[in-house]
Amino acid sequence: MLLIPCPHCGERPEIEFAYGGEAHRVRAADPRAVDDASWTDYLYIRRNARGEFEERWRHAHGCGRFFNLRRNTYTDMIDRGAAR
Amino acid sequence: MQRFSALALIRRALDGQAGWQAQWRDAAPKPAYDAVIIGGGGHGLGTAYYLARKHGMRNIAVLEKGWIGGGNTGRNTTIIRSNYLFDESAALYDHALKLWEGLSAELNYNVMFSQRGVLMLAHNVHDEQVFRRHVHANRLNGVDNEWLTPEQAKAFCPPLNIAPGMRHAVTGGALQRRGGTARHDAVAWGYARAASAIGVDIIQNCEVTGIDRDAAGRVSGVQTTRGAIATRRIGVVAAGNTSVVMAMAGLRMPLESFPLQALVSEPVKPCFPCVVMSNTIHAYISQSDKGELVIGAGTDAYISYSQRGALHISMHTLEAICELFPMFRRMRMLRNWGGIVDVTPDRSPIIAKTPIPGLYVNCGWGTGGFKATPGSADLFAHTIARDEPHPINAPFSLERFAEGRLIDEAAAAAVAH
Amino acid sequence: MSQSFRLAEGGRIDRSRTLAFRFDGRAYAGHPGDTLASALLANGVHLVGRSFKYHRPRGILTAGAEEPNALVGVGRDEGHYTPNLRATQVVLHDGLVAESQNRFPSLERDVGGLTDLFWKFIPAGFYYKTFMWPKTAWTRVFEPRIRAMAGLGRAPEIADAACYAQRYAHCDVLVVGAGPAGIEAALAAASSGARVILCDEQAEPGGALLAETDATLDGADVASFLATRLSWLQAAGQVTILPRTIAFGYFPHNMIGLAQDLTDHLGEPDDTQPRGRLWQVRAREVVIATGAIERPLAFPDNDRPGIMLADAARTYVTRYGVLPGRNAVVFTAHDSAYAAALALHRAGARIAAIADLRPDPSGELVEAARAAGLPIRPGCTLTGTEGRLRVTAATIARRDGGAGERLSCDLVLMSGGFTPSVHLFSQSRGKLRFDPALDAFIPGEPAEACRAAGAAAGTTSLADALASGRAAGEAAATAAGFTAPPAMAIAVANAPAATGGFLGATPHGRNSGAVRAFIDFQNDVTAKDISLALREGFRSVEHVKRYTTNGMATDQGKLSNMNALGIMSAELGRPIPEIGTTTFRMPYTPVPFGYFAGYARGALFEPERHTPIHDWAEEQGAMFEDVGTWKRARYFPREGETMHRAVARECRAVRASVGIFDASTLGKIEIVGPDAAEFLNRMYVNAWTKLKPGRLRYGVLLREDGFVIDDGVIGRLSDTRFHVTTTTGGAPRVLAMMEDYLQTEFPELDVWLTSTTEQYAVIAVQGPRARDVIAPLVEGADISGAAMPHMSMVECRVAGIPARLFRVSFTGELGFEINVPADYGRAVWEAVFDAGRRHDVTAYGTETMHVLRAEKGYIIVGQETDGTATPDDVGLAWAIGKAKPDFVGKRALDRAAFAGQTGRKQLVGLFTEPGDVVLEEGAHLVTDPDRPPPAEILGHVTSAYWSETLGRSIALALVRGGRDRIGETFHVKLSDRAIPVRLTDPVFYDREGARLDG
Repeated sequence: MLLIPCPHCGERPEIEFAYGGEAHRVRAADPRAVDDASWTDYLYIRRNARGEFEERWRHAHGCGRFFNLRRNTYTDMIDRGAAR
Repeated sequence: MQRFSALALIRRALDGQAGWQAQWRDAAPKPAYDAVIIGGGGHGLGTAYYLARKHGMRNIAVLEKGWIGGGNTGRNTTIIRSNYLFDESAALYDHALKLWEGLSAELNYNVMFSQRGVLMLAHNVHDEQVFRRHVHANRLNGVDNEWLTPEQAKAFCPPLNIAPGMRHAVTGGALQRRGGTARHDAVAWGYARAASAIGVDIIQNCEVTGIDRDAAGRVSGVQTTRGAIATRRIGVVAAGNTSVVMAMAGLRMPLESFPLQALVSEPVKPCFPCVVMSNTIHAYISQSDKGELVIGAGTDAYISYSQRGALHISMHTLEAICELFPMFRRMRMLRNWGGIVDVTPDRSPIIAKTPIPGLYVNCGWGTGGFKATPGSADLFAHTIARDEPHPINAPFSLERFAEGRLIDEAAAAAVAH
Repeated sequence: MSQSFRLAEGGRIDRSRTLAFRFDGRAYAGHPGDTLASALLANGVHLVGRSFKYHRPRGILTAGAEEPNALVGVGRDEGHYTPNLRATQVVLHDGLVAESQNRFPSLERDVGGLTDLFWKFIPAGFYYKTFMWPKTAWTRVFEPRIRAMAGLGRAPEIADAACYAQRYAHCDVLVVGAGPAGIEAALAAASSGARVILCDEQAEPGGALLAETDATLDGADVASFLATRLSWLQAAGQVTILPRTIAFGYFPHNMIGLAQDLTDHLGEPDDTQPRGRLWQVRAREVVIATGAIERPLAFPDNDRPGIMLADAARTYVTRYGVLPGRNAVVFTAHDSAYAAALALHRAGARIAAIADLRPDPSGELVEAARAAGLPIRPGCTLTGTEGRLRVTAATIARRDGGAGERLSCDLVLMSGGFTPSVHLFSQSRGKLRFDPALDAFIPGEPAEACRAAGAAAGTTSLADALASGRAAGEAAATAAGFTAPPAMAIAVANAPAATGGFLGATPHGRNSGAVRAFIDFQNDVTAKDISLALREGFRSVEHVKRYTTNGMATDQGKLSNMNALGIMSAELGRPIPEIGTTTFRMPYTPVPFGYFAGYARGALFEPERHTPIHDWAEEQGAMFEDVGTWKRARYFPREGETMHRAVARECRAVRASVGIFDASTLGKIEIVGPDAAEFLNRMYVNAWTKLKPGRLRYGVLLREDGFVIDDGVIGRLSDTRFHVTTTTGGAPRVLAMMEDYLQTEFPELDVWLTSTTEQYAVIAVQGPRARDVIAPLVEGADISGAAMPHMSMVECRVAGIPARLFRVSFTGELGFEINVPADYGRAVWEAVFDAGRRHDVTAYGTETMHVLRAEKGYIIVGQETDGTATPDDVGLAWAIGKAKPDFVGKRALDRAAFAGQTGRKQLVGLFTEPGDVVLEEGAHLVTDPDRPPPAEILGHVTSAYWSETLGRSIALALVRGGRDRIGETFHVKLSDRAIPVRLTDPVFYDREGARLDG
């Protein structure tokens, strides 16, 4: 069970959180301006990195906030200095 | 290939086992191959085997970064079934199931395919609706699947708890009698041995570090930790690491890789005659030939390549097992392990050509790849050899996401594969 | 039988009390402080089991958790029966009942033992090479035979009678192992003020000190030294000492799983007290002081009962006061065996010879043995043993060849050196380092906040173990932010370092094809099997393990891994570090499933959610169904009614007069803020801006890829406040999705989301007389048709309770839904029910609700949709706000590939012919029912009911291009027949909606 640093509440066990997947995926402000291929990418394509990875978590059973985290997906170690 | 048989065992007993040969050649990479398969699991080794056997390609290499069969092939709970809902899926998995039925003889390697029956439990009205939809669809497709009442389920699997007072009482089940289990390692070794015997080079400890392309954009070779290898066809069958390998060719994939745990109990005498799965309370269980109870459940929540998962996931799995089979509460966990499963947005696999000429990919099997091994390998070999998909795997394209033609078994049935 | 091998004195057992126990039906006696193994040995019993594959007779090999042979079934009755327990770990209690395993009919005469005669024909992996023909013979004959021969114990046949506990804990320093290093580490950490947990697998702390009788520490004997240290620890305050507690798993971010045995050692415990407790400990720092495990030597026939690890034999003498044999041959490559030989010698045993593989053994222990006159045979090896159920002789010879000497004996001791227990460190993903001096892997660079100490870190003397424990404890405390005061080193006397060791198969000069030297005792893997695997091309350590099954037994390679590596290294000509080692996985030793399941059983397996009206429904005799975690009343049968009849009656009542339905499980989300309407515009397909306060609208929610995920009625209370309802199962998912978009995509919107699912009870009153029923109860609102039309809402009081009253219908009849605070739910329900009596109000359940809504063609998300349906597929295209620039899922629906698709499955109604056949939900429509598989499938039945209102069956179905095929007839295939069905409009009843107004 990971120990996840919520920027608002501090370190809490993984079971308080919901995973939010890859961070920094941005929904286009005007989706009409985006072509089909790019929208399909947005919907389905993921970085799925092995190693350093920025991802989203939500402190679902806590403050309820989404936040970003930098975690190494090979070691599961979290960069505790770089959260936000 | 040295033929395996009871007679061979007797002969070798007389020479003190000295006469056994290596089951496959531990090959060193040659400068060039007609095709290179990246990934030495069951699917990759099988692909090489069928390329050589059915499509006449002999100059083939399988590149494995570790030891063959060491990924999900050697880490899964070995459940085999084909009672999928959608026509496309049922056709794919039943193609595999038919190959399983002749695989030991085909490879001259006992993969211990055991058609013990796979029983999927229903616990509420919604489950019943879903499973009945499966049963009906399967029958129309010629795939065996039948509905059992709780009492029939109990008769088929005596340890099952069907007490009506259970928190999630068993309200019935869908049984595929042709389903079962097989010995996972033997699948990798059997394919390796058979492929090696007809010329395939199996190259272990050889990690691919780059994919080369020519001026026209077609693949021209791979860079590896054991040197460069030229080739015009590359089949990527790297399971959880597919995104990493495909990124070397500049392709981003609709995949996420999650940890999937499994565990076994200490071995006991035969006490569990079949495979039982419950998707509502998240657990599946069978008993291996050695006597261990083999148990698994869903994935961990987050992307990880660490090949381990969290304790609370295995706790939840065993909660479910102890509810369904309260006599196993005193059985003890012997070993727990994790694999990396690559999951697509619709939880169905991809067996397809890619936008890059000469590059083919077979991935996205999620938690259910083992059961498909021979079928997946056969169809992928076809796709590579002909440069076009077989009709069975044509729906499992990369383009289906753009076209909105998802094959979403999980959403349709709330069924983890 | 008397305890004829019990020594008159010595050991940590209580001779003043005698415990009676039974093994395989025979009565024996032992003492408090014994394990089952020590008590059996005290009674002269070595033969305790049969091996996995060859069914070879096996004896007690070790004195600890690594025991591969002495696996027994223990339990006073079937509800307390556990197979495969190590006799070396089973604490003896009065009345203990144990039995041997894997034998028939008896341990002495086991039919399976015949297998051993054919050993040459069944080498490692033999099963991969045969049994392939004929195909059916594998499933019918061979596989059942193999399965029957394999396995060890038998599974319990009835439910476990025990219960289990779990807890979480936090500490600054967790010390695993309470041997000399662990105790010192815990003391050092505790003295710094850190919160410490010290756990140990054994019943009493002390580890190796419990069997150490020679040494003096700070001038005191070991027992009093240990007692003093433990009293200090107990006095330290913030120290939790957990005996009988195994640290079985090391999880990411310094979480360690502990399994604490609470009652197994207590004869007949009360089953209401937990049998064991699973701890999940989050530690700032961890000290791994798990000791080391002695290795067997791999010589021919090294597996007979009476062959034992040297240090285990010493432990039986010094800790348990048991003489494991009277005439011992010792075979060693390590000094430890000399200490064992001396202990046995002092206890009165004869030492026939000490064969030492080393040409020139030296050191304090060797000299002490020499001084005691023990016959030391340097440069010698053991070439074989004799004896079927107990070893009777061993042959030793010069390791460079020459004639052997046969020595009679009843005990053979062996020591191949020690393997540090690096399991937990390796589980933590710390790097292992091969120490060539020790011939062992020891902890290297850690991956977590942990460190190893003592024998687990490779120390070879008691003094070093104590010092290393102290240092590790101090370092852990420092890393956790504490400072340990300096401490004096402990003066250790008479505890010399013990060194040496051997890996692989020992030389024997015999025809290697004709002898078996066991590497993995339990799985019957021999040195020859390892060689065979290498010959057959299995070169990776994992391949060798999997092909031979070496290390896959219940001891998970604790004894076998290093010797297998030694053989591989020798045959491949590669050093061990290049070969590597297999992966260590949890658990360190087997842990009962019950520990993991803990409290989660029966009603606590998953909490049931009950609505405020649940108890009322129960009192009325309702039948319930599970919907997600909710229990919902499905129907309310009257005396003798079947579900079919009850539902028919409930349906008639709603259509004819009025029904009352508990809709409290609907998900509810309060959306508040200046941008609430804009937020809904972006989330739902509908347009919300123009919805007036006091009005309701049916909303449809899509995933971003365009498929329907949820629906529900949404009410606008004011410009800035909406009351959203969701499906019962979808509430958490919808709220999470809304939060995701609000926080990460639309942060500029000023909106708050609050789950109010559990805040409101929802009472649906439906039927032509619904208004008549509630009107007398409503205060503060005009609910006349003119003032309160369909799809409107008002805040008022109902039965005196503040309420949000919705005029809404999921039945097609005039209807209201009364939302009141949950605590008042039952009171209001009963008030409405009382008021309804004169209108013949009928309570109805979910089944009737399903029928009534199906008659109206209203979909249920999750039943008519399956994650692949667009709004248009299920006839909801009308809901889409066409003028809106964007909403979740819109861009995906607008994709060209989507727009051009034909033949999508669309929602239609079905009439069966004849009309009294109710279809099966999940059945499929086909064009030609007589065509053999594969059939051409057009779609499937999503809902099918008997419609009491129409007097015939109805069904909803998703059918390819269905809307264009209305009027056509196809067939639905059931298991035994095909039913003709005519496609119809999905609205079966009151298409004009006239009844909504009563």
